[in-house]
Amino acid sequence: MSKIQTVSGRVVPVRGADIDTDRIIPARFLRCVTFEGLGAHAFEDDRLQEKREGKVHPFDQERFQGAKVLVGNQNFGCGSSREHAPQALYRWGVRAIVAVSYSEIFYGNSVAIGMPCVHVSLEDSQELQTLVEADPSLEVTVDLEANQVRVGAKVFAASMPAGARGQFLEGTWDAMSALISGLPEVEALAKTLPYLNWA
Amino acid sequence: MGKTLYHKVFDSHTVRILPSGQAQLFIGLHLIHEVTSPQAFAMLRDRHTKVLHPERTMATVDHVVPTEDQSRPYQDSLAEEMMAAIEKNAKENGIRLYTPGTGKQGVVHIVAPERGLTQPGMTVACGDSHTATHGAFGAIAFGIGTSQVRDVLATQTLAMSRLKVRRVEVNGKLQTGVFAKDVILHILRKLTAKGGVGYAYEFAGTTFEAMSMEERMTVCNMAIEGGARCGYINPDQVTFDYIKGREFAPKGADWEKAVAYWKSVASDADAVYDDVVKFDAAAIEPTVTWGISPDHGAGVSEAVPAAESFPEAERGNIREAYAYMDVQPGTPIAGTKIDVAFIGSCTNGRISDFREAAKVVKAHGGKVASHVKAIVVPGSEPVKVACEAEGLDKVFIEAGFQWRQAGCSMCLAMNPDKLVGRQVSASSSNRNFKGRQGSPSGRTLLMSPAMVALAALEGQVSDVRTVLK
Repeated sequence: MSKIQTVSGRVVPVRGADIDTDRIIPARFLRCVTFEGLGAHAFEDDRLQEKREGKVHPFDQERFQGAKVLVGNQNFGCGSSREHAPQALYRWGVRAIVAVSYSEIFYGNSVAIGMPCVHVSLEDSQELQTLVEADPSLEVTVDLEANQVRVGAKVFAASMPAGARGQFLEGTWDAMSALISGLPEVEALAKTLPYLNWA
Repeated sequence: MGKTLYHKVFDSHTVRILPSGQAQLFIGLHLIHEVTSPQAFAMLRDRHTKVLHPERTMATVDHVVPTEDQSRPYQDSLAEEMMAAIEKNAKENGIRLYTPGTGKQGVVHIVAPERGLTQPGMTVACGDSHTATHGAFGAIAFGIGTSQVRDVLATQTLAMSRLKVRRVEVNGKLQTGVFAKDVILHILRKLTAKGGVGYAYEFAGTTFEAMSMEERMTVCNMAIEGGARCGYINPDQVTFDYIKGREFAPKGADWEKAVAYWKSVASDADAVYDDVVKFDAAAIEPTVTWGISPDHGAGVSEAVPAAESFPEAERGNIREAYAYMDVQPGTPIAGTKIDVAFIGSCTNGRISDFREAAKVVKAHGGKVASHVKAIVVPGSEPVKVACEAEGLDKVFIEAGFQWRQAGCSMCLAMNPDKLVGRQVSASSSNRNFKGRQGSPSGRTLLMSPAMVALAALEGQVSDVRTVLK
């Protein structure tokens, strides 16, 4: 596993609270046995809806293509546990998310696939969105080590739970290896759980 | 200082603290289905890793299963591929799998309790956010992603952070016509869709104590819609009575040991909570959602709320909900026209749900409104058999409802059951997100099964208290 200390790139802003995982990847695209190809369908129905209303969703706007950082607002990724949601964003090209808050399952799924999610204030998330909407060429740096999001001379305070942050900085975000190293203790604990030891 | 059930179970299942500061948490019961597991098995194969404890995982198929023609191969080749994958993965790894025709298949969160697999004092994980359902037994149960399904398969453990615990207390007697579904929709409305992020919800108080296990499952099922990754109710005699005699329930001398253990995991009387909120059961009305998040609810006698009644930061979302649903603030909830009615799902797909809905159909005496398509989908094969033994299927069919086979169906429309275009659905499921029921522009109104049944008959949202007296 590689260390992830900073993610730099252009931004795609996705405004709104409670952007749920059904919107990030509608259920019909979950009819699959691999995550490949999901990137093309990220936000598919929101994109269709905006098209019907004569608008263009950020994921369809030419100026945001190639962005690596998604900036959202409150309770991003709420709803279903589908890992297909962060997988779709990752496969579209997103490598880090900046938002006010996240649903826990979405957050854990993002960490598990090596896509850091940092927290900023509501005002800062909106200011970042406004900045890149005005100038989509702006390069943003999500700096996990410094707990910052930087755009040019502007610096926004960012945070991440210490555990997940440490995992990215040390390159240990793949939980499975860590869990496997504890297998002898797992078997010892199983012996202490009453319900595993009934006839 | 006393401990909560959450802390007792979390502590007793903690193998060790990982370098990340998270706990390596032992998972007592792992449930899998066809949607979120195939990639996990592929990851295991890539890493040349085996399933550590296949006997602690149970598999069934629910999301993509058709509820009309179940003959194989399925007409949807993608669904067929997913079915074939779980059949292969279960067989190769020695995992118990319930497919249609076994008499035990159904929505995963209905099947595990039905088999007696879900028990108090366990940790339960499944690649599905509605795993919170199993908390009704006094288990710590939560949804996980596919990489975590891989972790459980490989190690029977997960890396988890400890949550805070909020005691959500509801006391008093519910009015006739007000159900567990209304209680949780009311709680969501008050605590919001994100109010529970970082918390486990302990549902406590006399209202929950008086509920059956099926009603408790409805409540815990939707804890996740409030942002709480798990919700639970302390186990009591109602819990023990439900489990006794089921296929995987402890038997003989083990039963007494089990009950003693189950009693010991309940929250202590002097347990300390991070937060406590209280509600009065008598104040809860039949509740219906009008927007695009499960916390966009209102009593059936109320109107669509004004944006100004929400905090400033929420108002953008509220306006987006008005636009998507094509509703105006101030419009009464009762009288909202519907096109489709769906009774079923892991929230409300159990025998008691169908009994309540059938009671409404009989009390009303009419037929499904001519412009409404109404489908009734039992949550599992045993639920279907039980309904048919009581003649509930005939009550529905004679009134013009379609009686289907078991599955998730139109809760998330991964099978052929879908809304079309801008249709409005009265649904006993759990999510009213944009596009949730299969049409990218379809609209969902969440409510109790009894309220769905009445909406189907009247062709519009109506107050079930007028027929259930």
